[in-house]
Amino acid sequence: MQIRVTVNDTTHDSDVEPRTLLVHYVREQLGLTGTNVGCDTSSCGACTLHLNGEAVKSCTVLAVQADGQHVATIESLAVDGVMHPMQTAFMENHGLQCGYCTPGMVMASISLLNENPNPTEQEVRLGLEGNLCRCTGYHNIVKSVLACAGAAAVSGGH
Amino acid sequence: MIPAPFDYKRASSAAEAIALIGEYGDEAKFLAGGHSLLPLMKLRLAQPTMLIDIGRITDLSYIRDAGDHIAIGALTRHMDVENSAVLAEHAPLLAAAASYVGDAQVRHRGTIGGSIAHADPASDLPATTLALGATYVVQGPNGTREIAAKDFYIGFLESALAADEILTEIRVPKMAGAGWNFQKFNRRAQDWAIVGVAAWRRGDESGVGLVNMGSTPILATSVAEAIAHGASVSDAAKLASADADPQADNNASVEYREHLAEVLVRRALDASS
Repeated sequence: MQIRVTVNDTTHDSDVEPRTLLVHYVREQLGLTGTNVGCDTSSCGACTLHLNGEAVKSCTVLAVQADGQHVATIESLAVDGVMHPMQTAFMENHGLQCGYCTPGMVMASISLLNENPNPTEQEVRLGLEGNLCRCTGYHNIVKSVLACAGAAAVSGGH
Repeated sequence: MIPAPFDYKRASSAAEAIALIGEYGDEAKFLAGGHSLLPLMKLRLAQPTMLIDIGRITDLSYIRDAGDHIAIGALTRHMDVENSAVLAEHAPLLAAAASYVGDAQVRHRGTIGGSIAHADPASDLPATTLALGATYVVQGPNGTREIAAKDFYIGFLESALAADEILTEIRVPKMAGAGWNFQKFNRRAQDWAIVGVAAWRRGDESGVGLVNMGSTPILATSVAEAIAHGASVSDAAKLASADADPQADNNASVEYREHLAEVLVRRALDASS
């Protein structure tokens, strides 16, 4: 089936089987391997990317459902080598160890702040309940998101 | 895990979806948000040969004040139910229950109608709409009909929806200031409830829905009757499993589920009283 999907601001016309999952489409057909496959059962959130600006688990979305829509992956964040504030916050707060969950964590965290720009710690923990990390114990991930929210609030004031 | 092959068509209206399902029959399934169906298809527990995507029927996504009830389009996403100002005012129990469904990513895709049509006894919204005395509006080739939530769930993942019908609207009576509470007990943050309870109370009137306490979502009518007859919350909660038929699984034995139901009904009604 022919689909047209805008991924990271580039429009792609692609031929996919209806059963192709969005995560396989972006990884294997478009070569955007930043989005990881973790549990493959919509539990772990490693495959989180943005569909029309909102975090979704791309292992549980069909590529044909993204036809005519906008997808953003982790590769879209850094511009000219300058990291997104959320990526910087994860780096500065040691919000990752092995890094496998990180693309999904970062994409989920950006979506979280889009919906709730000044979350409490508890709101961050609840907001990221769909993303599993087996290294960090979440503490530094939560710290990263709160730091990013704080930084955004400061820069928003200028 | 990749689903078995299937063909795919996108419907742009409920009428078109009904025509398509009539054409393809039993081998076809409706696809809304896909967060119940696609996991089953990836495990090959479901292998429809035709998916009819109803996810773009935008005129079935709405939340409206309809006088004595709130009308919710079947394709309204969980996130929109959770954040609805209309529901916060008139049916806050439903908005709260929606916030417990899966996680943010799931709530961005999953729909209230998909959850109800899937009729999973472990899902939060079937039991919650049952507790609230909701009515479901369904559309088929011969027009629309209304089905009371209490008549809708007839077996495990089985509902009163005919094969060629589509759920279009959920009507939830206004709660009119009733106290309410939602309890969900699980072991992993975003998981299904091992046992869940949706409850509301206004004086002698109450409604209690049980999640994952049988092969269908359960309306705990014995609890509501006891409250109506003046029983204390803790006495009424002892009847939590009277209308249920809990099953044992990896998470809980029958006895443990019955224990959880009593404790959670007591907490929910205490918070509602």
